[in-house]
Amino acid sequence: MHNRNLIYDGTFDGFLSTVFYVFEQQIDAVTIQSESDVQHGLFSENETIITDEKKANRVWKGLKNKVSKFGHYQLYYAFLSEQAGVENLLLDFIKYVFSTDLKVDKDFSHPSVLKIAQIAKMVGREKHRMEAFVRFRLTKDVIYFASIEPDFNVLPLISKHFKRRYADQKWLIYDIKRQYGLFYDLQKVDIIAMEFPSNFDFTKTNVDYFDQQEFEFQKLWQDYFKSTNIESRKNMKLHIRHVPKRYWKYLSEKQPY
Amino acid sequence: MSFERTQEKLKILADAAKYDVSCSSSGSQRTNKNKGLGDATGMGICHSYTEDGRCVSLLKILLTNYCIFDCAYCVTRKSNDIKRAAFKVQEVVDLTINFYRRNYIEGLFLSSGIFKSADYTMERLVAVAKKLRLEENFNGYIHLKSIPGASDELMREAGLYADRLSVNIEIPTTSGLKKLAPDKKREDFIKPMVKVKNEIIQYKSERKIIKNTPKYAPAGQSTQMIIGASGENDFQIMQTSNHFYNTYNLKRVYYSGYVPISYDDRLPQIGSAVPMMRENRLYQTDWLMRFYGFDVSEILNAKHQHLDLDVDPKLSWALRNLHEFPVDVNTADKRMLARIPGLGMKSVYKILNARRFRRLNWEHLKKIGIALNRAQYFMICDSNQFERRDLSPEKIKGLILQNSTSKYSKSLSNQLSLFG
Ligand code: SF4
Repeated sequence: MHNRNLIYDGTFDGFLSTVFYVFEQQIDAVTIQSESDVQHGLFSENETIITDEKKANRVWKGLKNKVSKFGHYQLYYAFLSEQAGVENLLLDFIKYVFSTDLKVDKDFSHPSVLKIAQIAKMVGREKHRMEAFVRFRLTKDVIYFASIEPDFNVLPLISKHFKRRYADQKWLIYDIKRQYGLFYDLQKVDIIAMEFPSNFDFTKTNVDYFDQQEFEFQKLWQDYFKSTNIESRKNMKLHIRHVPKRYWKYLSEKQPY
Repeated sequence: MSFERTQEKLKILADAAKYDVSCSSSGSQRTNKNKGLGDATGMGICHSYTEDGRCVSLLKILLTNYCIFDCAYCVTRKSNDIKRAAFKVQEVVDLTINFYRRNYIEGLFLSSGIFKSADYTMERLVAVAKKLRLEENFNGYIHLKSIPGASDELMREAGLYADRLSVNIEIPTTSGLKKLAPDKKREDFIKPMVKVKNEIIQYKSERKIIKNTPKYAPAGQSTQMIIGASGENDFQIMQTSNHFYNTYNLKRVYYSGYVPISYDDRLPQIGSAVPMMRENRLYQTDWLMRFYGFDVSEILNAKHQHLDLDVDPKLSWALRNLHEFPVDVNTADKRMLARIPGLGMKSVYKILNARRFRRLNWEHLKKIGIALNRAQYFMICDSNQFERRDLSPEKIKGLILQNSTSKYSKSLSNQLSLFG
C-alpha cells in the first residue's frame, strides 16, 4: 500500500473537503498538504481536492455533535496555526473522534488531542495579543488603519471583537505576512486584498497617507506612556515578558519620538 | 484643541495620577449600544505595559492637580512646589475618544485634586462621564474617583455614567490620617461609599421589577491604601481592609507601596525603597480572605501583627498550624485543600475533578500539573511515600526556601498570579 498525497487550496473548507474525501474513500495512508507548500514525496501520487462547501459543512456539523463546543473551535484555532503538518494532526484527531461514541476532545492522554490543544492555546494567546496590540492610525480618507504580522493567521478570529467595539468608525486591519486584511465599512466586515506603493513602510506614519491629527495623538500617547511609568519601580524583564520585543515595531508607544 | 497646551497638561496630569494603582478594567457588562463606540464586556484588555511592568488599560489622569488640601503623602498637596494644570471637560472627552478609537485603551480613569470645593470638583468629573456617554455614545469603561465630601446627589449621578466608583482611603488608620492629612476627615471618605453601596442595592432590586432601569456603577466600587507611609502595621491594614469589604461591599481594595515624593519628616525620605515585597504579601493575604476561605484573624491577629516577608502568608499560616496537616488529597474537603501551601485554587479544582475517576498518587498529581515543591510537606496521597520525618516548622521553611527561589524576587509585580 502506498501513501497518497492530497492537495487542497489552503482554506478551512478545502481542508474539511479533504477530510470528507478521506472518509469517503476510506484512505488509510495519507498526507494532506496545502497547495502553497506542496512537497513531492518520492513514492506518492498527488491528487488535488476540489473545495466543496457542502461537504465541508457536513464534516463540520458532524464534528459539532461529537465534541464539546470548546473542542470544536479548538480544531479551527489549530488549523489557523499554519504549522507544518497540522492537517495530518487534525485528521488524526478527527479520525479518533469518529471512532468512538465517547466525547474524547479532552482525552489528553491521546497524543494528537494533547498536541491540538497545545497548538490551539498558542493561537488563542496570539489572538488576545492582537486584540491588545493593534494600533489604529487615522488615514486621510478617514479609515482607521492597522498593520500586523501575527505568528499565526488570527485575523478571522479577531474580526468579531473589533466589529463589536468599533461599530461607528471605518477600520482596516492588514496582515502584512499573509497579505490580506479585514475592512469594516460601517455595515459589515469584508476580507480584502490590497496593493501598497512599493516604497510603503508599514512601521512609519507618512504625511502623504495619514491625517494631520494622527501625528498629534501618537505624540500624546507616547507622552502618556512615559508619564504613567514609575521610574523607581522599573522592571524591564517583566515588561518584556508582557510585551515581547517582536511586537514593538507596530506599537505607537514604542516608536522613536 | 491646541496641541501644545494639551500636551503639556497631559504630561503633568498623567504624572500626578500614576501613583493610583487601582486600574483594573474588568467586571463591567456594558455592551455596545446603537452602533456607538466601544464595549466593556468581559475581561479588560491590557493594551500595553509600563516599563515597571504594570498593565496599561485605562487613560489614567487627574482632571486637575490644583488642590486646596495638604496631605503629606501626596505629590499634589497644596504646599508642594510643582507645575499645576487643569483640563477642560471637553479636552478629557477628546483625549479619551481619540485614544479609544486607536485601540490604545479600554477607557478612562479620572481622578482629581480638590479644586475650590468637593462638589465643584465632583461636578466636573461627572460632566466628563456624562458627555462621554450621552454625546459621544461611548460604551467603553469609565472609572471615576468619588471626591470625599461630595454631595449624595452628585454621587448618585456619577454612578449612572461610571462603571466603577472609588474613594481612596489612602491611610489605613484614623491616627495616621490625622497626622498626614489634617484637612481630611474619615467620615468624608465613608459617606460616598455608603451612598454608592445603597444606590447599588437599590438599583439592583429595582432591576428585578423593571427590566430597563439604568445600570448603576455595574463594576462596583474599590478603594486604595498607601502602605508604609504612616507607620501602620499589617494587622491594622488588613483589619481596615476587611472592614471595608464587609461593610461597604467593595469589589477590590488596592495596596500601594508608598513611593517617597517629599522630604517631609513625617514620611519615609526620598530615596528609600518602595516596599514592594510587603505590598505583594498584603495582596496575597487579601486573596486568601476573598477566595481561599480564610478569616483575616487566622493570618493576622494581636499575636501576629506582621506578615513574613520571606514566605507567603499561606505557608506562614501552615507552619504555625502544623497540627492541621498532612491533608489527604483523596478525601479532604475543598476548604482544607485550599489551605495546602503551594496549591492555588486552579490546582484545587484539578484535584477535585481528577479524584472522581481514581485515587491519586504522586504521579497523577504531577501529570495534572500540581506543583509539589511546597505542597509535598503538607499532604499525603495514594502512596506510601510521604514525608515521615517529624520536621519542625523552621526545618520545613528552610527546606522550602532552599529549593525555591521566589518568583517575586525575580520579577515583582502586584499583577502576577498570586499563588504558585
Ligand atoms: S486631597 Fe487628594 S489631591 Fe489633594 S492633597 Fe490630599 S490626597 Fe492629594
